[in-house]
Amino acid sequence: MKLVSAIIKPFKLDEVREALSGIGVQGITVTEVKGFGRQKGHTELYRGAEYVVDFLPKVKIEAAVRTELLEQAIEAIERSANTGKIGDGKIFVFDLEKVIRIRTGETDAAAL
Amino acid sequence: MTAILFPLAAALTAALALAFAGPAAAQDAAKLDSGDTAWMLMATVLVVIMVIPGLALFYGGMVRAKNTLSVLMQVLVVFSLMSVLWAVLGYSLAFSEGNSVIGGLSKAFLAGVTPESLQGTIPELLFAVFQLTFAAITPALVVGAFAERMKFSAVLWFLGLWLFACYIPLAHMVWGGGWIGAMGAIDFAGGTVVHINAGVAGLVAAIVLGRRKGYGKVAMPPHNLTFTLTGAALLWAGWFGFNAGSAVAANGSAALAMMNTQLATAAAVLAWAFAEWVIKGKPSLLGAASGAIAGLVAITPACGNAGPMGAIVLGALAGVVSFWAVAYLKRIAGYDDALDVFGVHGVAGIVGALGIGILASPSLGGAGFGGDNAGIGAQLAVQAAGVGFTLLYTGIVSFILLKLVDLFIGLRVSDEAETEGLDVAEHGEAAYNG
Repeated sequence: MKLVSAIIKPFKLDEVREALSGIGVQGITVTEVKGFGRQKGHTELYRGAEYVVDFLPKVKIEAAVRTELLEQAIEAIERSANTGKIGDGKIFVFDLEKVIRIRTGETDAAAL
Repeated sequence: MTAILFPLAAALTAALALAFAGPAAAQDAAKLDSGDTAWMLMATVLVVIMVIPGLALFYGGMVRAKNTLSVLMQVLVVFSLMSVLWAVLGYSLAFSEGNSVIGGLSKAFLAGVTPESLQGTIPELLFAVFQLTFAAITPALVVGAFAERMKFSAVLWFLGLWLFACYIPLAHMVWGGGWIGAMGAIDFAGGTVVHINAGVAGLVAAIVLGRRKGYGKVAMPPHNLTFTLTGAALLWAGWFGFNAGSAVAANGSAALAMMNTQLATAAAVLAWAFAEWVIKGKPSLLGAASGAIAGLVAITPACGNAGPMGAIVLGALAGVVSFWAVAYLKRIAGYDDALDVFGVHGVAGIVGALGIGILASPSLGGAGFGGDNAGIGAQLAVQAAGVGFTLLYTGIVSFILLKLVDLFIGLRVSDEAETEGLDVAEHGEAAYNG
């Protein structure tokens, strides 16, 4: 099993969610985060004082998937989160050791 | 026959006329006017709204979230403390008979001020409470200069002492029968007594307390400009009570003050916004709202004496000069006047106090000069004297008071408290709890 973690632009969340749903990923966790890569921040102006805001709002999606589904999941995220402009984000793939469904106690593949 | 009858008829007519003229003729001196009184009752409420929630929100939105409550609390409690101090002692020292510098104690505890006693055409109690709101808002303005780093106890002590050392003497000197008013200085609603006074005190406090931790390096943008605009709007609307109410009557003078207030403020909004647009590239809401306050401040001393077109010019000038003070002067000089009390209230107050020296001229549509002043030159000199005295006097006295309070209880919060935020550190609460 793998944990797919993707940082994406916030307005892309709905599209990515639908794309993942479409390939059979039934659950995701979403966090609001801030960050930057090579995309520069922007300048804000307050009473003549300029602030460079480096940290841009992003959204992090995490989904636990069966290893067989990994390539499809990556492709789905890449396709739906892409705008072609700088700051689209990144996808990280982690090895997932164990998954447990709290309500029933099911584990691993049965818990996904 | 006619020689006798005519004078007799005349005498009879005169006697009859006198009999019916009675009340008006005898009591022209002091009579309660319910129109004036009704207006002044409302004007007082409007000034209260200027402070809470107006000023509270205006300032509260500009600080960081972790310090929101500390600003709201300082404004609320300072307003309340000054109210009590004014009634107990302040009113007497400001407005009772004294000398050219300070009043006396004859009206301490509001002695002799009954529901029947009059001040002009309104109850004296009403005059006293209207003036109370002025005495209470002025120290509250100062709070913005040392925001985010001053101990609550020190705030109360400093401003409580400052009321008696700086506000009340100035109020007496300009409005209460003292020397500045006697010179014919024009300060219709408190450009000097309130705004320059508070502005200078704020500047001195900002310097004595020192800059906030991380100032210049860490971004400290306003956490809620919606609050700030809401506060600015309440200030604008409430200011009609402040300015038009300073006519102490429901008459043409009040109407002039109201028109001038609206025009100057609007002009200042446009001036600051356009200046920012041209110079910095984008017009900001904080700039426009700050422009509004600058315009309101500048027209405050001038609203009863300038002509409406003069008000537009004054407002526009104040908008641009205050923008310069906030965006450039502050950075060049290096002081951390957190919420720009000096840049907006001090500087715009100076623009207004000097500007009316010129705009009072009937040749410029003004209502005429003050006292015996015969022309622009004389009036301007008198205005400058008032401004200069205030800058020096309040500057020095504020400095002394701050050092005194520092000696006894310390002015600034600890490093940890400043980092954690004053809301939790000084007041044990958070403004935002999820």
